Amino acid sequence: MNLDSRIPSGPIEKKWDNCRFDMKLVNPANKRKYTVIVVGTGLAGGSAAATLGELGYNVLCFSHQDSPRRAHSIAAQGGINAAKNYQNDGDSIYRLFYDTVKGGDFRAREANVYRLAQISVNIIDQCVAQGVPFAREYGGMLANRSFGGAQVSRTFYARGQTGQQLLLGAYQALERQIHAGSVKMFPRREMLDLIVIDGVARGIVTRDMVTGRFEATVADAVVLGTGGYGNIFYLSTNARNSNATAIWRAYKRGAAFGNPCFTQIHPTCIPVSGEYQSKLTLMSESLRNDGRIWVPLKKGDTRPSSQIPEAERDYFLERRYPSFGNLVPRDVASRNAKMVCDEGRGVGPSGFGVYLDFADSISRLGAETIRERYGNLFEMYDLITGEDPYTTPMRIYPAVHYTMGGLWVDYRLQSTIPGLFVIGEANFSDHGANRLGASALMQGLADGYFVLPYTIGDYLAQSKPAKADANHAAAREALDGAGALTRKLLGVKGKRSVDSFHKELGKYMWEYCGMARNEKGLEHAQGKIAALREEFWRNVNVTGEGEEINQALERAGRVADYLELGELMCLDAYQRRESCGGHFREEWQTPEGEAQRDDERFSHAAAWLYQGAGKTPERLVEPLAFEYVHPSQRSYK
Amino acid sequence: MSVGSAARSAAGARSAETSKLLGFYHSPVGKKAVMAVTGLIGAGFVIGHMLGNLQVFLGPEVMNAYGMKLHETPPLLYGARTVLLIAVALHIIAAVQLTRMNVQARPKGYAKWTPAGSSYASRTMRVSGPLLALFIVYHLLHFTSGVAHPNFRYQDALHKVPAPYENVVAGFANPVVSLVYIVAMILLMLHIHHGAWSLFQSLGLNHPRYTPALRSLARAASYALLIGNCAIPLAVLAGVVK
Amino acid sequence: MKIILHVWRQKGRDAEGKLVRYECPNVSEHMSFLEMLDVLNEDLTARGEDPVAFEHDCREGICGCCGFVINGVAHGPMPGTTVCQLHMRHFKDGDELYLEPWRAMAFPVLKDLMVDRGAFDRIIAAGGYVSVSTGAPPDGNALPVPKSDAERAMDAAQCIGCGACVAACPNASASLFTSAKVSHLGLLPQGQPERHERALGMVRQMAIEGFGACGNIGECEAVCPKRISIENIARMHRDYLCAAFGERPHGETGSAG
Repeated sequence: MNLDSRIPSGPIEKKWDNCRFDMKLVNPANKRKYTVIVVGTGLAGGSAAATLGELGYNVLCFSHQDSPRRAHSIAAQGGINAAKNYQNDGDSIYRLFYDTVKGGDFRAREANVYRLAQISVNIIDQCVAQGVPFAREYGGMLANRSFGGAQVSRTFYARGQTGQQLLLGAYQALERQIHAGSVKMFPRREMLDLIVIDGVARGIVTRDMVTGRFEATVADAVVLGTGGYGNIFYLSTNARNSNATAIWRAYKRGAAFGNPCFTQIHPTCIPVSGEYQSKLTLMSESLRNDGRIWVPLKKGDTRPSSQIPEAERDYFLERRYPSFGNLVPRDVASRNAKMVCDEGRGVGPSGFGVYLDFADSISRLGAETIRERYGNLFEMYDLITGEDPYTTPMRIYPAVHYTMGGLWVDYRLQSTIPGLFVIGEANFSDHGANRLGASALMQGLADGYFVLPYTIGDYLAQSKPAKADANHAAAREALDGAGALTRKLLGVKGKRSVDSFHKELGKYMWEYCGMARNEKGLEHAQGKIAALREEFWRNVNVTGEGEEINQALERAGRVADYLELGELMCLDAYQRRESCGGHFREEWQTPEGEAQRDDERFSHAAAWLYQGAGKTPERLVEPLAFEYVHPSQRSYK
Repeated sequence: MSVGSAARSAAGARSAETSKLLGFYHSPVGKKAVMAVTGLIGAGFVIGHMLGNLQVFLGPEVMNAYGMKLHETPPLLYGARTVLLIAVALHIIAAVQLTRMNVQARPKGYAKWTPAGSSYASRTMRVSGPLLALFIVYHLLHFTSGVAHPNFRYQDALHKVPAPYENVVAGFANPVVSLVYIVAMILLMLHIHHGAWSLFQSLGLNHPRYTPALRSLARAASYALLIGNCAIPLAVLAGVVK
Repeated sequence: MKIILHVWRQKGRDAEGKLVRYECPNVSEHMSFLEMLDVLNEDLTARGEDPVAFEHDCREGICGCCGFVINGVAHGPMPGTTVCQLHMRHFKDGDELYLEPWRAMAFPVLKDLMVDRGAFDRIIAAGGYVSVSTGAPPDGNALPVPKSDAERAMDAAQCIGCGACVAACPNASASLFTSAKVSHLGLLPQGQPERHERALGMVRQMAIEGFGACGNIGECEAVCPKRISIENIARMHRDYLCAAFGERPHGETGSAG
């Protein structure tokens, strides 16, 4: 199989226009004859479902939550980038494009990133019109801040709850279409399989999470906006129910999985406090603007922070990166924190933490200024840890935050299965090997509001609204398969809980496929995961029954998928014999310990094609050409 | 006003207006607005009523002259009585309908329940309200019609103008009657304590700057009512007013 | 420390429920309340019993999934906090806690501590939006919004739709939830054209769903994890009364479509 990225012709700023002009249109009167399934109601899925409904398609929208408003996009804090140049500081579409390609360490498709930067402008207008209460200046104009080390102020925000407000905007637009009858919402449904008829995606199989009923739903196209798979690490900043099941089952039906090993580790999260811990909480990146990161110089120094004199502290980011200091990009900050902790200089009860100290800023600016800037974050930290960051330094440690990998899609967001479109974090996306702050919200909404509604129209215009049949042999087979898998999970009746498997898998992933990876570790991890998977199917204990609300059963299905996906992530990391962005292979680093790309051999996206259970998937390659932004070594010294 | 038939026979705007009014009342917000307006009338009345009654401390002449004056201006007396009667009736009807709705909305209660932010007065409106309704009936029979008053006197027997001063002194001389009135005034205080603020909220009148002041004012009025009204039976019992 | 729980157990929507006593012997003060329940569920699973069903997702107080009543207070004793952010250091050894689901006719219990909050979505669908389709809206700065209006709109827009306000209200009224959306949009220029229709539609839907009436007692704002003020309820009443008696025309239906 060949990967055809379908990048339109023409200069980069004309590509999206050319593409839109080339696309076939669906007659307005015919739109309602086409049924589109949208799975997921986050920024991508929610905005896509609403927009498709507005256009007149017959939309069926599925979510495993009780309400579309619960999707994990809601938790995004910082903001959303847009090349508005409202601040007159020299921003432009081209600059946002350039920053994003470079920030992704030259592993993203240029044409996609340019389109993203172009559309960023429309997103803000759309959201303002919906009533999203963005922060304002006193004159009533939209406020911006600089975020994630960007040198221009292009980030729009709504306090520390930007994701929430953007999602509620999309949710309200979606509810409006539900009210109008153009979208039918199916909450508390988990997608368990993709129905592929004659090589084309024609529907999905879901389980009603209240009654346990399996349902096959057919349509003319299927859109997945089901988010990322960071939860494979067990401990992450993702919501507990975020999962990879929809994209994984689509992968097993033939959708290639792009760059599965590209994971973003966020440097500023609250460290793990105990074995029972269920989730890690992100502290906004903005804290690094005023906090200084340090650890004791001596190994195993257990004195409280206040008793460690200045001379015995190591401000390691300031020492190693004099020009960027504490503001180095996420991947660099994370890796360095891990390094000092691995040397035995970590702080806190577990030894996996570094100090983020505001003492200097407080004495320089006063506690009031710090409270104005970070009051809500300090409060949240205090709530969780019971420590007051105004008087004791915060303890932070990196945590899994986002997955740049996902199902491979072409320029038109279609996967390798015709009729299956993938949007938002679920696709392998526009972020390359590292995502910049405030870019995830931008991509989710760009895909959902402004890209997919066009490109899916082109696909539908070329396919007759054929009546797909829920009783087609392929649909029956998928439906029976989902039922059989559920019965199998319930039938093991072993000794170990689902969570204990998930925790063990998470430990392997974090240890061997986390912030730093090497050949031996990745080989070892693949063996460990295979053995764990074997034990899972022999010894998992899923209580209760299938025909009721059964949260253990839901988790079991997801963990079963993670046990396969984990192996693929390790395989992908193993095969990518270079370091780039969030993927740091210890064998490939500069003498100073920075990531070293190998553009000769790895300037490409890897997409894995499923070959059947127990068989090694096929590694397809989409070469990346950089005509506008020339690859260079990132340096923050 | 015959709402039903008028709406059916009259075409166009009038019927639309009527159905709009009915629709408005049908919603809980509409019913609460009715509660608020009628409650405001009631609250205004009890304050005026108290001020009138406090003339008892100025002696029988003043007090009885006040009573006489009211009776000599029937439009004022009967107008006020009609407005009050309608207000009380609407207040009670809306309260009963809302209570039914509220009980249906919470069919099963909590095994354990701890108030987190509400006042005692606000939580007991459902109790203080019906008890006050009973009290009003007794009060009317006691001081207005005299049916429940053992020695009810008139200053003008021909025109049936009661003698309020003598009736008050004789009525409150009985400690049981005084106690009933004092308990009722505590209930009234509670009802006004929440109601006199809540009614503004129900009518959508809330302002970050004025609402706290309004709330204090409502509380002050409720305490003033308690003190002012209870002063009368207590003064009679203590022999200050005789 | 040791915590004794009395948890509402109910098999399904139509099943009878009852409080069941559990002991949690090794509770760490660093645990969140939900992590304590995770540990309890692991124990129950090991014993072959059905774990306690409760909703949760983000575990950082923003998704609005979690919530139940702890000793008679929605989301527990700490103000401005969801149960997922409530830590066990606020309890002491030997505490006995009663955990019950939100109780309201409009929120039927699905299982144990889980309820169906679909009524909230239907209230939003009845008008909780600005009718603007994806397309070419005016520039984001075309309409200036006074900073104070944007801030107040944001105060209301923070609602996470958890349902604690309904659970805490003795009348099971959804007024705080509904008014938060009416206020959020009503305070912004973008929300003006449909301001009246929105109040009418959402208030009507609130009654259809079987929520009770607001008695202005303030339990809702006391338990609200986002500290949303009942000032918003007054604003909703005002919009509703203006819509009912005002000059501006209004139709029977919203303007969705």
